[in-house]
Amino acid sequence: MSELINSSLRELSAALAAKTVSAVELATLFLDRIERLNPALNAFIALDRDQTLVQAQAADAARRVGAGAPAISPLCGIPLAHKDIFCTRGWRTSCGSKMLENFVAPYDAHVVEKLAGAGMVMLGKLNMDEFAMGSSNESSYFGPVKNPWDLACVPGGSSGGSAAAIAARLAPAATGTDTGGSIRQPAALCGLTGLKPTYGAVSRYGMIAFASSLDQAGPMAKSAEDCALLLNAMAGFDARDSTSLERPAEDYARGLEQPLAGLKIGLPQEFFGAGMDDDVRAAVEAALAEYRKLGAVTVEVQLPNSGLSVPAYYVIAPAEASSNLSRFDGVRYGYRAPDYADLAEMYSRSRAQGFGAEVKRRILIGTYVLSHGYYDAYYLQAQKIRRLIAADFKAAFEQCDVIMGPTSPSVAFAFGAKSADPVQMYLSDIYTISTNLAGLPGMSLPCGFGRNNMPVGLQIIGNLFDEAKMLNVAHKYQQVTDWHTRMPKLAEVAK
Amino acid sequence: MSLNLEDVSRIALLSRIELSAAERETTRDQLNDILGFIEQLQAVDTAGIEPMAHAVDVVQRLRPDVVTETDRRADFQAVAPETEAGLYLVPRVVE
Repeated sequence: MSELINSSLRELSAALAAKTVSAVELATLFLDRIERLNPALNAFIALDRDQTLVQAQAADAARRVGAGAPAISPLCGIPLAHKDIFCTRGWRTSCGSKMLENFVAPYDAHVVEKLAGAGMVMLGKLNMDEFAMGSSNESSYFGPVKNPWDLACVPGGSSGGSAAAIAARLAPAATGTDTGGSIRQPAALCGLTGLKPTYGAVSRYGMIAFASSLDQAGPMAKSAEDCALLLNAMAGFDARDSTSLERPAEDYARGLEQPLAGLKIGLPQEFFGAGMDDDVRAAVEAALAEYRKLGAVTVEVQLPNSGLSVPAYYVIAPAEASSNLSRFDGVRYGYRAPDYADLAEMYSRSRAQGFGAEVKRRILIGTYVLSHGYYDAYYLQAQKIRRLIAADFKAAFEQCDVIMGPTSPSVAFAFGAKSADPVQMYLSDIYTISTNLAGLPGMSLPCGFGRNNMPVGLQIIGNLFDEAKMLNVAHKYQQVTDWHTRMPKLAEVAK
Repeated sequence: MSLNLEDVSRIALLSRIELSAAERETTRDQLNDILGFIEQLQAVDTAGIEPMAHAVDVVQRLRPDVVTETDRRADFQAVAPETEAGLYLVPRVVE
């Protein structure tokens, strides 16, 4: 039974179909591990064993009734956990904030609905940087998540709870969201595979908004194949999200086995310059050598404006956040300050006490860049630079099929290393942010270990709607390497 | 340009976030660091470039103007700090 903690979703699905394990047994296996390991990791911030087991019983019943019927999703009965940014009806949805400490969502996010519809069993809600603003999980009101590979290091952020939970084998899969790298960077720092789809591929309905023109939900799991199966269930048009794209459904796993001979990998020289640590560079170079063995060729490409992506992001994202977070006013939901003289003070105190430092900083920056007299100079200018960045990618994809580089400039850093300097923290996402600005799909997969035996992530960036191609590229690599099956000692000893 | 304490107070007011005197000073320094960092955008020549808001060129969808939601007022108000008779309560605004 305990060997199942490192199984792929396809293997879990086969075991459930063959009745060698039940959904209730699987859920219990992971809930017991969470009970034992979570106090050290702080990955889960909401658990409800009874509700989880009810879902597992329903999945077992569906598999009994529908045995062999095509209507049964391969994911039916497999446990997963949701980042606490997704509204889950009847469960607390805090977004990592004191502001929503007591918020029990009255409805389910589209993604939650879709995965529950497939019969997946929810293990609980996962810790995250407050309102998804952070790259280290240190901004959560519920305390930082620890990296299972080294408890003194950050798991990355903002989907750090998702990454830590999977890395410690407390869940076989999780949801994440990525506004500037929040799926890919923690996946890299915890040794996982995570994918941010093309903007608009997955509905944002019920996903608490940070920067609406950049936010995108995606799967996090051990392998590309797992991510493909999860994305099959997550993606799709939803009329309740005004930026959801109407496209025919596709099977993201359809091309996993395609050979890579002749694949053209673009290497942006801007991603291989100064700023990347030597251990990360060595692991990424080794992965590229592996790809050449698989028949791929590498070509140099240019992304001349990529250096502007972090500053452009820190105009656009705070601007949109300041607007989105204006809804938290202590009136309809969320925290209300205990003492105030009038309505204006009720607003300003509720927000001062309910939001943490990083969230307030971003609201203030966003308010400033949108304010009278500065809008054109900052927000509009950043949106124009966004188009330049997107045009760079468009030109690059005329010379290659996918782009590769590091996900993060360094392996996981120690707690406190960057938390005193916001700009240094922002630069942790230097390789991931440009994809969000361009709306392109990006993923990270483990490609080795660096300093102190900490995982390194390889980033794959695809053209619009090329998720199936990227998953194929990642899957073929994972068939000849075993980085994605490695787990931290903490997970192994706790079998 | 760099922000002074008065600017910070004005931004905090617009943001509806109360800041103590001590917080105003650290906030000023941190915002100036961030603004210094994003200042490099000003040097980029963007003449003739259209601003970009969405990666894929799509038009805003419209839907028929019909009722699609059911009444779930009680559910939605269950998470409110203070309600009475189906209304949200806030401090008196008009005397």
